[in-house]
Amino acid sequence: MGEELRLSIAADVDVVEARQQGRALAAVAGFSSGEQTVIAAAISEIARNILMYAKKGEITLSLVQNGDRQGVSIIATDQGPGIPDIDRAMQYGYSTSHGVGAGLPGAKRLMDEFDVDSVVGRGTTITMKKWRRAI
Amino acid sequence: MDNKKSMSVSTRASDATTLSESSAGLLRELVAHLRQNRTQLREEWARRITRAELLTAMTEEEIFAEATAVYDNYVEALETGTFEALQAYSRRLSERIIPRGVETDEVVGIVLLLRDVLARSLFTKYQDNVEKLNRILDSYEPAANRIANTVAVGFVEERERIIRQQQEAIRELSTPVLQVRERLLILPIIGVIDPQRARQLTEQLLRAIRANRAKVVVIDVTGVAAMDSGVANHLVQTVEASRLLGATVIVTGLSPEIAQTLVTIGVDLSEMATVGDLQGGIEEAERLLADRAAPTTQVREIAPESQR
Amino acid sequence: MEVPILRQGQYLIASIQSALTDADLSHLREALIAQVGRSRCRGVIVDVTALDVMDSFAVRTLRDIAHMARLRGAETVIVGIQPDVAFAMVQLGLTLKGVATVLDLEEGLAFLNRRTEERFLETKPKRPSERG
Repeated sequence: MGEELRLSIAADVDVVEARQQGRALAAVAGFSSGEQTVIAAAISEIARNILMYAKKGEITLSLVQNGDRQGVSIIATDQGPGIPDIDRAMQYGYSTSHGVGAGLPGAKRLMDEFDVDSVVGRGTTITMKKWRRAI
Repeated sequence: MDNKKSMSVSTRASDATTLSESSAGLLRELVAHLRQNRTQLREEWARRITRAELLTAMTEEEIFAEATAVYDNYVEALETGTFEALQAYSRRLSERIIPRGVETDEVVGIVLLLRDVLARSLFTKYQDNVEKLNRILDSYEPAANRIANTVAVGFVEERERIIRQQQEAIRELSTPVLQVRERLLILPIIGVIDPQRARQLTEQLLRAIRANRAKVVVIDVTGVAAMDSGVANHLVQTVEASRLLGATVIVTGLSPEIAQTLVTIGVDLSEMATVGDLQGGIEEAERLLADRAAPTTQVREIAPESQR
Repeated sequence: MEVPILRQGQYLIASIQSALTDADLSHLREALIAQVGRSRCRGVIVDVTALDVMDSFAVRTLRDIAHMARLRGAETVIVGIQPDVAFAMVQLGLTLKGVATVLDLEEGLAFLNRRTEERFLETKPKRPSERG
């Protein structure tokens, strides 16, 4: 269970790699192919977020367990400029760069748990989890 | 795993400072005793199982074979203080015996019987030394309880898993995607829709659209009693996802109550084609299919994603 | 990863072969739009069958391709979106509104044939030279 995969995100090929690794891990955790796709898409969004705002950072993928529930945890960290107004950043359609503004709020919709921890000038950590359904 | 083993031993030692040394020694002695008398105790246990009319769905040979395996795993768990092997075994055992109708109380019964058989043999062995018997029982009991627990819990969990699996299978059977004619699918939804079922229905429908190369889908919700905003939004998503696969969705059978709820809670149904009843929906679908030059249903006015 | 762009009759067909980076996608958009102008084609098909995930950037790029191609006189249709991908897209709120989507290449060609025919019929009576 303690297996952990750290991926550095510094170029757009890393975004592709991160979502492929995330899909593979979700498969190991027993997620359906539909849910694997959802997890891969969410990883893609937060990985791109790192590239757009912080230029580089890291994504850590791991399996998690809560009672008899299996899930995946995805943590994205960067030492970028931070997010001044998290509430606003989480609004659908809001974007300060040239994104469509679907990135973070989109990823949040796809996951069961989603936390943003950001300090302006220090960086951002996004933690998100998805749990498997009962079966 | 080795790590865990040594850790549990060391905590046990620190818990009972003075007794620790001898407690570990006693457990060793106990294990040696159970190994020595393996044949006899195992037979005694199997006999008691038959006499108590437990595991009646199984033959005597089967009972003896399983009893042997449980016995060995049991002694191993006592010796090592680790329960993984026993846990894995009880899961496999449960997988084998649940389909044959073995009940939870039978499984609990046989584990308690084994505990009893072993305790009796300890009584006999140490009857002349009550003080030692007490100490042996002190070290035996917690371990024995935990073993009984492990087996019973393993069984119950396996049973629950099987029940869930069966429910899942029933659900899938109860929501067929029907192909009425070439390129036309009908999805009649009946009963209560929770988020999990809604998601399943969508996944099934989308696969069916691709497999059948469907152009039009009629989703009939006449049989749906109630719909909250979550399910309604899901329905909207299903319509949108179907369009991405090139299929037009017609929703039929929205009851006045549901229609009212949806409008009240502000679900955006403007993108959704709705027809009063299933018959009307199928007629509309036929029209769409006949009218091959109907690109207006495929291309809508350009609007940026962000304005949604 | 370069996406091959084939010309078939008056249509361009871009057939994506594997996962694409953002840069690959942007490059595809530029290449397609340049070719639409050069070849004066009437339709563009982007085949995404090979994509096992589409995020906001991919969807935005496809939408931009469709809009830009239309401004240059060509109709675009996206073909081959996988069921799982479609479901994840709508959950992300990415519905490709205003962009035609059909099941596969065959459907895509049929769609463009209908569209161009129709547009031809629509515009025909309006041309003064053709009246009377």
